[in-house]
Amino acid sequence: MIEKSLKELAQALAGKRISSLELTDLYLERIARLNPDINAFITVDPEKSRAAARAADARLAAGQGGPLTGIPVAQKDIFCAEGWLTTCGSKMLGNFVSPYDATVIRKLEQEAGLVSLGKTNMDEFAMGSSNETSYFGPVKNPWDRSRVPGGSSGGSAAAVAARLAPVATGTDTGGSIRQPAALCNLTGLKPTYGVVSRYGMIAFASSLDQGGPMARSAEDCALLLNAMAGFDAQDSTSLDRPAEDYAADLEKPLDGLRLGLPKEFFGEGCDPAVMAAVRAAIAEYEKLGAKTVEVSLPNSHLSVPAYYVIAPAEASSNLSRFDGVRYGYRAPDYGSLDDMYCKTRAQGFGAEVKRRILIGAYVLSHGYYDAYYLQAQRIRRLIADDFAAAFKHCDVILGPTSPSPAFKLGERAADPVQMYLSDIYTIAVNLAGLPGMSIPCGFAAGLPVGLQLIGDYFAEGRLLNVAHRYQQATEWHRRAPEGLA
Amino acid sequence: MSLTLEQVQRIAHLARIEVSADEAQVTQGHLNGIFQLIEAMQAVDTRGVEPMAHAQDVSQRLRPDEVSETDRRAAFQAVAPETEAGLYLVPKVIE
Repeated sequence: MIEKSLKELAQALAGKRISSLELTDLYLERIARLNPDINAFITVDPEKSRAAARAADARLAAGQGGPLTGIPVAQKDIFCAEGWLTTCGSKMLGNFVSPYDATVIRKLEQEAGLVSLGKTNMDEFAMGSSNETSYFGPVKNPWDRSRVPGGSSGGSAAAVAARLAPVATGTDTGGSIRQPAALCNLTGLKPTYGVVSRYGMIAFASSLDQGGPMARSAEDCALLLNAMAGFDAQDSTSLDRPAEDYAADLEKPLDGLRLGLPKEFFGEGCDPAVMAAVRAAIAEYEKLGAKTVEVSLPNSHLSVPAYYVIAPAEASSNLSRFDGVRYGYRAPDYGSLDDMYCKTRAQGFGAEVKRRILIGAYVLSHGYYDAYYLQAQRIRRLIADDFAAAFKHCDVILGPTSPSPAFKLGERAADPVQMYLSDIYTIAVNLAGLPGMSIPCGFAAGLPVGLQLIGDYFAEGRLLNVAHRYQQATEWHRRAPEGLA
Repeated sequence: MSLTLEQVQRIAHLARIEVSADEAQVTQGHLNGIFQLIEAMQAVDTRGVEPMAHAQDVSQRLRPDEVSETDRRAAFQAVAPETEAGLYLVPKVIE
């Protein structure tokens, strides 16, 4: 059952071969047994999940189910879910039981009828690439428990990789869906900015943040995205577009597909074993009828510097709301109001979050705004223009997701800059607001390697098609980590 | 560029985060490493390039000025550190 696709699970539910409650219990049992070691979940609430499963069974029995009704899902703990502890991986929200649902939660639970299994671990406020900045301890990579699962959606990635959930939600500000998907042998999609509502998704960098699906296949991602996406009046940057069936074009042949290979993604700085797997995937695509064309993203080397101005600037503003007054943590001892703020924030935030707030406060401060913030925004434009020029010559851009496979726990934790460079291939996509995916494409010394696919605006359906056809020709995405029966 | 300890303390205060002298020293090292990375931007000539604040070139949506939310004060204040009579309590600011 745990290797079945969402479509197969839906068929089993519709054919009454299993109930949602039985399926939910199966996963809850696995979580109870395996999560203490993996640490993929911060919160599980079996009774709440079982109640949702019973409701889904009633809905199915009444013939009112949708394509995903009764299927369990793990929710990244960045999404506010009414009645659930919603921590965002931080001590600051360590006691925050959300009084409302994020739009993504409402759509998945109430509209689609999925059953939430729990809230997954993540880097604190989604700031990190290894899951080591979580207040609730690091997540272990199911493929090698001495290694990181990636971040910031590392708990969601580890949960799906360890078969503690069939699918999960994630969010991606600079690579936080794609990089953990790559490191855990999953398929993950960051949609075009504005496709998935940000309402109730705790904000990190508002002009970059975007939610998306994490699963074992492109087909599963398409089905989950169908349930997550859509216009939402409660998100001021949600895009009002006609609803789309992201699974509609999955089977389309790839004949004549033009794959753009940015020369900047195939130079130095990438692990040779990762590059070998990516090259093998390109050869597979050629067999499937695709043609390759060299393209250039000449400003891509500036994406990490520009991101580490823009994202911290937005974060310093967004995280000013955590002041110990309306919700979350408040320092136990303080004097004046100012002292209360300073102590609450000193004790409630971890080191990486503080660093980013400080960078943001500095680059936005008087006298530095033009040199840093405006300059970064101008470079952001150059990066977006590079993509626009490249898409004149190709349909999908392809390259590695991460320059290396999963690294050891603790290996990069002491050096923020080394950690930031984990996202060197993913960040430009967020700056431009484009959709991007990572799909499994092989192994390097026993560790999964991810292939990144980047599409033009609103090309999610095309990306999923390109990923799905590859997954029909290859078996990499079907591999499961050992020792987690 | 590199930040002095004094500047670290100043921005920490701007951000309302208390930083001890020991922490300031470690933070200074980390921040300067990050600024070294950011510095790569400064060599780029961006004259005439329009700053890009947002991924989508759309203007802010407006909605009719109508009441759309119900009163959920009790639910929202249930998660507050300290409230009294529907008010959030903070240390005294006016003597």
